[in-house]
Amino acid sequence: MMYLKAFLIGGLICAFAQILIDHTKLTPARILVGYVCGGVILSGFGIYEKLVDFAGCGATVPLTGFGHCLAVSVAESINESGFIGILSGPLTGAAVGLGTAIFFGFILALLFNSKPL
Amino acid sequence: MKREILCFDNRPHFRAVSSVVGDKENDGPLSEYFDMYFTDTKIGQLTWEKAETELVRHAIEILFKKSNLRSGDIDIIFSGDLINQCTVSTFGILEQGIPTLGLYGACSTFAEGLLLASSVVNAGYAKRAACVTSSHFCTAERQFRFPIEYGSQKTPTSQSTVTGSGAAIIEAGDVIDEISKVYINNAMIGIPKEMGITDANNMGAAMAPAAADTIIRYFRETNTSAKDYDLVITGDLGYEGHDILKKLLCDSGIYAGENFTDCGIMIYDTKKQDMHAGGSGCGCSATVMSGYFIKQLSQRVLKNILFIGTGALLSPLSVMQGLPIPGIAHLVNIRVD
Amino acid sequence: MNKKDYIKYSKSHAPSSPFHKNFILAFLCGGTICTIGQCFFELYTFIGIEEKNVKMLVSSTLVILSCVMTAIGIYDKIAKHCGAGTLVPITGFANAMMSPVMDYKSEGVITGAAAKMFIIAGPVIVYGVISSMIYGLIYYVSTLNII
Repeated sequence: MMYLKAFLIGGLICAFAQILIDHTKLTPARILVGYVCGGVILSGFGIYEKLVDFAGCGATVPLTGFGHCLAVSVAESINESGFIGILSGPLTGAAVGLGTAIFFGFILALLFNSKPL
Repeated sequence: MKREILCFDNRPHFRAVSSVVGDKENDGPLSEYFDMYFTDTKIGQLTWEKAETELVRHAIEILFKKSNLRSGDIDIIFSGDLINQCTVSTFGILEQGIPTLGLYGACSTFAEGLLLASSVVNAGYAKRAACVTSSHFCTAERQFRFPIEYGSQKTPTSQSTVTGSGAAIIEAGDVIDEISKVYINNAMIGIPKEMGITDANNMGAAMAPAAADTIIRYFRETNTSAKDYDLVITGDLGYEGHDILKKLLCDSGIYAGENFTDCGIMIYDTKKQDMHAGGSGCGCSATVMSGYFIKQLSQRVLKNILFIGTGALLSPLSVMQGLPIPGIAHLVNIRVD
Repeated sequence: MNKKDYIKYSKSHAPSSPFHKNFILAFLCGGTICTIGQCFFELYTFIGIEEKNVKMLVSSTLVILSCVMTAIGIYDKIAKHCGAGTLVPITGFANAMMSPVMDYKSEGVITGAAAKMFIIAGPVIVYGVISSMIYGLIYYVSTLNII
């Protein structure tokens, strides 16, 4: 059941971005930035947490989930260490995804060459 | 009244043409007409820029082989490409040691080169002049769009940059073979036109107004109409721009019929190859003209054509700053008696 | 035709992207990536990893998968058809970071590859960090009020 919910919610989040790409002037870069900020805002209002509980990876895997991850991490850091948590929180939340992408992305990119379609 | 037409009374004519293309172009409908093709996108080089340089180098070498000339016989060469400050084509002709003028006219560069080569030959400043232009899908993609492996979706109006290089030698004087009967009768320099198009993925729409302007001016100045020519060939408007051009000409009372065609449409088989609105790039009109049309003229299948090289004068910077994209179109009238 | 009319005309003339096809493919592909993530989630939970770490591991796994697919050159082939379905999940983020590195290493591994790593993904990180810091500030102030 969780798989189906993840599929539906994740698919809908992506398909909505496709509508924005095809039918508005927004470029993909702007849409992604909008998605991350949207994730942060929705988390701030406590809405995104409910979506994560409902759809699991369907909500955490899209970029809105990345924004959610940052917001949750900021709140946790503040609870732990007060004001300094505002500064340390965001990148703590991004650390795992970002770190993996930097390390594996860089190493693999050096080993493989890009080729056109 | 200002003189808009450059008339070449001394009959600057072709001495040799060459065309070198990549894999995708060789899969297209014109494959049998190109002199050489490479299946490896890097042509054994470390970078794509060097691969494009190789295209230029081979185009020049084939040119000399075909014409039995050496680099010392060429008085001036006009070269151009799309990559930062025209470095790619400069490296391609570096070892020849020929006086060089670098050109940037985006995809119209080959027409610009033919026009200038004919001008200097006609005026007697040079006995022989050459022009060479090139483009490469990967170098252009890197320069103007996204990294090669980045997962992006192209819009239906976007055009695919042709991997290829075309070159020609123009000279005046004795007619020695079939190809030297093909001469450049006159030419017209384009006026940049900007109609507010800001979408870099719709270059056809950005270039069509310039092409229409040049064609209208040319017909007015020469008192001719489209039916006086066997073919009116635009550079690389693609399907999108070609349709718009026909509509713009129609609005001005010029009927653009069956004898209108476009190099960007011809170079790929868009039914089989996924090329969206067609080909583009300096190499597009260069390879189609030098590979296909000049041969058709020398075999007298065609006798009188208009070649309108079209270019979209954008840079990555101007697009990011939201500036509109001006188009330009240079016209060359090529004939055989 | 004046500029305004021409812009209007060129927009109406341009063939639009195949909407239904794009929408369905984006939905299916995005959904599939999320479901794969969910599979890993269940797997990691099953082998007894703590829930907090499972979430991070799932992201890492998807990022690594995406990097491998980018390296062997199939991510862009899928993305060509799936559009936002491959762009929006975290796999697209990894692809956006890795693809410039592959291209720009010809300009050197420091000033080329490393420097260009964030040309596409950079804005996402910058705006993500800034917006969550603003949220953090609001959250911090609200905790003070409660006390």
